[in-house]
Amino acid sequence: MTNRPNGKNITLADAMRSQGISRRSFLKFCAATASMMALPPAMIPRIANALENAKRPSVIWLSFQECTGCTESLTRAHTATIENLIFDSISLDYHHTLQAASGHAAEAAREAAMEENYGKYLLVVDGSIPLDNPGYSTIAGISNYDMLMATAKGAAAIIAVGTCATYGGIPHAKPNPTGAVSVGDLIKDKPIINVPGCPPIPVVITGVLTHYLTFGTIPELDHIGRPKVFYGKSIHDRCYRRPFYDKGLFAETFDDEGAKKGWCLFKLGCKGPTTYNACATTKWNNGTSFPIEAGHPCLGCSEPDFWDGGGFYKALSMPTENISKTAVYTAGAAAAAGVAIGALNRSKQAASKKAHIKVTVDDLTK
Amino acid sequence: MTEIEFLNWVRGPGFQMATIIFVAGIVIRIFEILLLGRKNNLAEAKGSEMSSGFKTILTRSVPDASTFKRSTFTIVAGYIFHIGLFVIIFFYAPHILLFKDVIGFGWPALPTPVVDAFAVITIIALLAVLVHRFNNKVLHYLTNFEDLLVWFVTIAPLVTGYIAFHRIGMTAPALLGLHILSVELLMVVFPFTKLMHAFTLFMSRWYNGAISGYRGVQS
Repeated sequence: MTNRPNGKNITLADAMRSQGISRRSFLKFCAATASMMALPPAMIPRIANALENAKRPSVIWLSFQECTGCTESLTRAHTATIENLIFDSISLDYHHTLQAASGHAAEAAREAAMEENYGKYLLVVDGSIPLDNPGYSTIAGISNYDMLMATAKGAAAIIAVGTCATYGGIPHAKPNPTGAVSVGDLIKDKPIINVPGCPPIPVVITGVLTHYLTFGTIPELDHIGRPKVFYGKSIHDRCYRRPFYDKGLFAETFDDEGAKKGWCLFKLGCKGPTTYNACATTKWNNGTSFPIEAGHPCLGCSEPDFWDGGGFYKALSMPTENISKTAVYTAGAAAAAGVAIGALNRSKQAASKKAHIKVTVDDLTK
Repeated sequence: MTEIEFLNWVRGPGFQMATIIFVAGIVIRIFEILLLGRKNNLAEAKGSEMSSGFKTILTRSVPDASTFKRSTFTIVAGYIFHIGLFVIIFFYAPHILLFKDVIGFGWPALPTPVVDAFAVITIIALLAVLVHRFNNKVLHYLTNFEDLLVWFVTIAPLVTGYIAFHRIGMTAPALLGLHILSVELLMVVFPFTKLMHAFTLFMSRWYNGAISGYRGVQS
């Protein structure tokens, strides 16, 4: 937000020049983005051209029931990267965590941006929306639900950022005390791009923005609204520890020999096999590593209901409920029922024995 | 319902319901059988019931020569898929984790590729017994709905498990969910069909041996 060029009509090229980004490194970024999005190399000039001439689109960012982790993820970079520049070079007209204005002045900025760019602005949402009581989460006295519905009306497209906005996330976890729902649960008439993750990978959101700026359309989505280019493969299928899984070599604890040798973390609760995200390929912290590389199992944070999978350290093949207790109680009750049925059978046996009348010779000669 | 919701359901409430039906069904049936009792045998015992009973449990595991000659295919294929099922259920690492979670202890697993090979052999053996069932006129005549149901619920977890491990077709959570669901189907059907033989087999073998032992004849 700081040091960005002023004026809404400035292009990204102008913004870059003012920040001292060379054309060479810009093209490198375009090439990396193209390959990340599985686009042919012929698309690189088109991306570069579109980005250079892109007028800063108006973006309204709404934060509802969230922890600000998504904003942290997207804004926290140690050095000024081009990804950040893309993010900086949009006209972020409303973001109550980042903006200086507050209260009515902030709301006025949102309303002005909505009016000025009606039908054209991008709406970014992080956080879930509580439906049980509007008072659970409000901004300037406006309930999350009312603000979302009003702002979504004039949006060209909506980007739901983070697992809370995409699938309800932590607030939606059982027993869901606030009646939290996702953006997609409420809005059905606008294109919604789901960028889940807790938080999502920064490069994924810039990738989605780049796609939108280049083609003016939303990227191809999977069956739960995620861009296929980033969420098309599971962590497991791209995991460098996969050969150990295939061989059946697992770390049993966090500090045993297996863990030191970098064996598969399935037994320690890794949700990589059922989680679709780009962590294993794009990695985190400027490509340094990702959770599994750091020795921790994947939590499955980019999937719906990842808090309700029975615990982060419970392997996928384990039941989520306490089955031992169920089995013991059931066996006890069933044993009692078995005894009762047995007693019933015995009394039936005894009764039929008693009712049995022997046939005598006299009976037969009658 | 998303795939993860489905997976969470089969790992949670679904598995719980299947466990209740499975455990209750088996315990009630075993109690029912045991409590039927036996008539007092007034004849004098001519040998030991116990030793003959236990001996029979072992000796009946080996088919006698004439039976083997008559039903070679049934016996060989039967042994193959039973051993295969045993290895897959009890020696695949993720399955052992499940047992450890429920009964509190685990045991060493076989390498995954070995279990994978057993899965292929077991599926082939189960397909072969079905083909044999329809090719053999007598078996075909004797086949009823229960036989086919039992065959289906046995092969379903094998096939779904195999494709879930190799991640073929659907998305991973859907495949894993389907595999667990097929196991739950097996658990629900188990106590009410001939699958119950897994629990009554040794009881009835012992009883057969015990009768002979009491009479002092070879079982």
